[in-house]
Amino acid sequence: MRVTAPSRPPSAAMRDRARTRGRQALLGWLYATPTAVFVVALFAVPLLLVIRMSVSRWPLLSGDQGVNAPDNFVKAVNHRFFTDSVVFTLKYTALATVLLLALGLGLALLVQESSRWNNLLRASFLIPSALGLASASLLFYVLYSPYASPLAPVMDRLGVTFLGSPTAALISTTFLIVWRYAGFYMVLMLVGLQGIPADVYEAARADGASRWQTFRKITLPLLRPTLALTTVLCVTGSLLAFEQFYILTKGGPDNSTITVVQLIYMVAFQGQNDLGVAAALSVIVLLALVLINALQLRAFRSEEN
Amino acid sequence: MVAVSRSRTGRGGPPPSAAAPGRPTGPKGVTIAGIALRTPYWVLSGSVGLIFLAPLLWTAVASVGPRAGTNQVDGWGFGNYETLANYQAGIWRYFANTAFVALLAVALTLLISLLGGYAFARFRFPGKNILFLVTLAILMVPYATLLIPLYVLLNQVGLENSLVGVALVLTMFQLPFSTFLMRISFEAVPRELDEAAMVDGCSTFSALWRVLLPAVKPGLITVGLFAFLTAWNDFMAPLILINDSERMTLPLAVSNLRGQVQGVVDYGATEAGVVVLALPCIVLFLLLQRHYVRGFMSGAMKG
Repeated sequence: MRVTAPSRPPSAAMRDRARTRGRQALLGWLYATPTAVFVVALFAVPLLLVIRMSVSRWPLLSGDQGVNAPDNFVKAVNHRFFTDSVVFTLKYTALATVLLLALGLGLALLVQESSRWNNLLRASFLIPSALGLASASLLFYVLYSPYASPLAPVMDRLGVTFLGSPTAALISTTFLIVWRYAGFYMVLMLVGLQGIPADVYEAARADGASRWQTFRKITLPLLRPTLALTTVLCVTGSLLAFEQFYILTKGGPDNSTITVVQLIYMVAFQGQNDLGVAAALSVIVLLALVLINALQLRAFRSEEN
Repeated sequence: MVAVSRSRTGRGGPPPSAAAPGRPTGPKGVTIAGIALRTPYWVLSGSVGLIFLAPLLWTAVASVGPRAGTNQVDGWGFGNYETLANYQAGIWRYFANTAFVALLAVALTLLISLLGGYAFARFRFPGKNILFLVTLAILMVPYATLLIPLYVLLNQVGLENSLVGVALVLTMFQLPFSTFLMRISFEAVPRELDEAAMVDGCSTFSALWRVLLPAVKPGLITVGLFAFLTAWNDFMAPLILINDSERMTLPLAVSNLRGQVQGVVDYGATEAGVVVLALPCIVLFLLLQRHYVRGFMSGAMKG
């Protein structure tokens, strides 16, 4: 709020304005203090600490034992599950991202028009996303078990189990994720579709474009910002997958479904109890994530030109 | 129901994807031919919808149904829920723990993002943009990367094994979304509103409390809803930060419950646990669907 009285001499008005600005800054900081405290104490400080931990010997129980760089990074990269978990995480990310984006867009196109029936459909696609990932995983844990599943007779007859082989476990877990998140991506796609002006479709129709042509030449290109956002979200989320595998497969069968975050947890709290190596792994994941996201954003941006 | 409506008025015919290919728009679903043409669409889309609902419905039904190896061997009843109720410290303890974490996280998130959003939307102060960017940067950092040092830090300040510690951590993870949403909620309110209040002699705080708070209430509901769902369901933070079975949260307790009885999994009790976990979330979702969807949409708009 700047009130400059015209009757006063200009210098006084300026001083007045400077004082209001000072007051503004003070009040602004006052209201932003809780945010700043949380961000510094629970985000910035831990982030610095994890970097320090990654270059220190830091067993779970005895704490900081001094700098040992770069031992932790060497140990992290040489961990017997490191390569496997990276490969598996990338494989899972590719699969989940492709399926979720395709299905999200498909569902959005299916229920695009507003009608009572479509609203009902949207709600049913969205309900699973209200569940926590842990609850959803527990639900499918029962659903996939050879004993309790309603699909047990089918499994018996076909001689397959949902979590029995590495491939089956990957597919089953991906199905759970698709079930849980498809509605979420559908809503994001709906928002994107809503942003495409109607007259573009009108023009395409007037030019006699087919449905497929309209989709290829209009919907997809104009949806690019949404596709960029959803890809980044989905890739980030999938690279950091933990709960679904921790609960559903416990990394099995034969340690074939260990993700990178699961490896961090294992190194830190299950057996090895080495927070230093876990911190080194965390730093590697953080850097990889920043790099991958930067590359994705750049790819989407350069496509635009 | 879901509040995403297409704003394409004055356009004939369905959008390029809809069913009933090539059908010119007549009065919808009035003629017999129209119904016949639309039936495949209803069947198809209805079965897709059913795929999404079926696992939930099945779990709810099976949790009260009979199964060998559970507490509900024959007939229908709540045997599985009894198992759940008597598990270790008792389901009520875990329910209370989870509710405590969730409500504390919601209260903190609401308070911090209300004040923070106000500061970012209405004031100019040095370091404002940096603080905002750093808050959003929380999104970029993996959960696990922060939980390992947080485990060490919380131990040092005496918050080891503490539900308060879990709530603080969950609040921090909720900040990027909630600060962003509250900032745009405040920015959507015309400045004249609070300026008029301040000309009338309100302080900035009473302008916030009396004039702006009602205007940003929808934003607050969305923020609170998301904070609740996240905190209620969170698995990884309590998994790492809590190791006392008295203080476990519900997702952790139900997950641990599986391997208890001589390595034999009690599927019935697990189903009951999933129902207890999911029910509050689904009820909240159905009540507040509009706000839920709006949260997603604001996320999409920033992209």
